[in-house]
Parts: sequence; structure tokens; C-alpha cells
Amino acid sequence: MDISMIIFYCIAAFILTAALLAVTTAKIFRSTIWLLFSLIGIAALYYWMDVQFIAAVQTVVYVGGIVVLLIFSIFLTHKANDAMPRPPVMRRIWAGLASLFGIALVLHLVYHHSFATPAGAGLNGDVANIGTQLISTEKGGYALPFELASILLLASLIGCIVLAMRKGTANVNSVE
Amino acid sequence: MSQTPLIQILFLSVGLFFIGMYGLFTRRNVITILMSIELILNSVNINFIAFNKYVYPHQLEGLFFTIFIITIAAAEAAVTIAIIINLFRSHHSVDIEDANELKW
Repeated sequence: MDISMIIFYCIAAFILTAALLAVTTAKIFRSTIWLLFSLIGIAALYYWMDVQFIAAVQTVVYVGGIVVLLIFSIFLTHKANDAMPRPPVMRRIWAGLASLFGIALVLHLVYHHSFATPAGAGLNGDVANIGTQLISTEKGGYALPFELASILLLASLIGCIVLAMRKGTANVNSVE
Repeated sequence: MSQTPLIQILFLSVGLFFIGMYGLFTRRNVITILMSIELILNSVNINFIAFNKYVYPHQLEGLFFTIFIITIAAAEAAVTIAIIINLFRSHHSVDIEDANELKW
């Protein structure tokens, strides 16, 4: 076992522990902070796998965007130190059993499947390469999904504004 | 040991996926359910990157799928939080058991 695998096991243990605490902690704010640590661990895993661009995107969008949004919504809807009621014991037992069964099934399938892993040339995850193929219009290019994603983002932006508008004051079309 | 660590990464992502499923089963608060969904999406992203890196190293398809999944997750989180704030305004609670008007 070499040093890079030891680093991998450390990162994996960190991710799984933080994720487990994020779904079991009773206080909602602590749960968000554990989720934040788990997402940072996943960014570290991307660095370990040598895909720096994805790691940067993960850090910026998840850690800097989604977690901050979650914290905002928690402060708008909860008192910071509120503890959520614990789920009933029976529900926890059945959920745990279902999850363990799923883990066992999928691990069995993955373990007995042999993946053809070609040796030699590694992944060329240069930002220049990624950018060229992302907006290329030739075969294998991703220009159309890229534009569709921008339309989706615009639609969600407008949708958020419409949804979060207070009724009666800004909604011109309301009948009341 | 020169073997690629693909199988260990897959084990990690399976664990992460089912931790997210456990949260989805047990939690009854909309914000924590959203957090479980983020964990599940992240486990899928890890799978895409691992398969791209170790099984198809001469292509970049998995990276693009990951980038688009992250984009869609961000849009989804923004819309969900708008819905949560609206729900809190009308029901004074973000518990899914309290929002049962559409339940048959």
C-alpha cells in the first residue's frame, strides 16, 4: 500500500464521517456545516484524482454557492439553535436496514464485476482541452447542452423571483 | 501495487449514495431533504469522474456530465429554496408533514 492510497483512505473516511453526521445530527445548522465539510472532502478527492478544474467548480458552486444558500434559508426559517425532533425509532431502523441492504447489494455487484481499465495514458484534464470541447460545434462538442444550460439558469432565475415575490404587492396579475 | 483504485472509489460513492438515501428516509424537514439530495448527486459525480479517469482515459465525457450535473444542482437548489421560503410564509413550518393539502 503506497502513500497515495493512504491519502485516499483518509479523504474517504473524512467524506463518509461528515456525510453520516450531516444526515443524523439533530441541529439543522450543524447538519449544514457537516455537509459543507463533506463537500470540501469531495473537492479534495477530485484534487487527488488529478481533475483540478472539477475540483475548482465543486468548491465554487457547492461550497461557495449551494451551502451559503442553504444557510440563508435556514436563518430565514429557523432559529439557529433549534433541535429538530428525532425521527421515530421504527423509521430509523427500517431506513437503516434498507440502506444497508442497498449497500450490500451494490457492493456485491461492483465487487464481482471486472472493469476493463486500460493502462498507460492518463486523463488529459487541461482547462484548455475542456473549454475547447465544451463550446465546440463539431461532433463530440457540447455547444448545444452548454446553451441549454444557460437557458435553464435564466429560467430558474426568473422562476425564483416569481416564486419569492410577495403576493399582492408586486404581483400585477393577481385578481384580488 | 499498480492496480488502479477504481473499485475503492466506487465503494466510497456507494457509501455516500446510501447515506444520502438514509437521510431521505428519516428526515422530515425540507432543507435537510435537500441536503440529502445534494449528497446523492455528489456520489453520482464521483462515479462519473472515476469511470472517465480509469476506464475511458482518452475521452472527457464524464467531466462534462459532472459539470452539467453541478449546474443543474445549483439551479435546483435555488428554485427549491424559493419554494421553501414560500412554504414557510404560508404554513409557518418547513416540515413536509404539515404541507398536506395536495395529499389525496
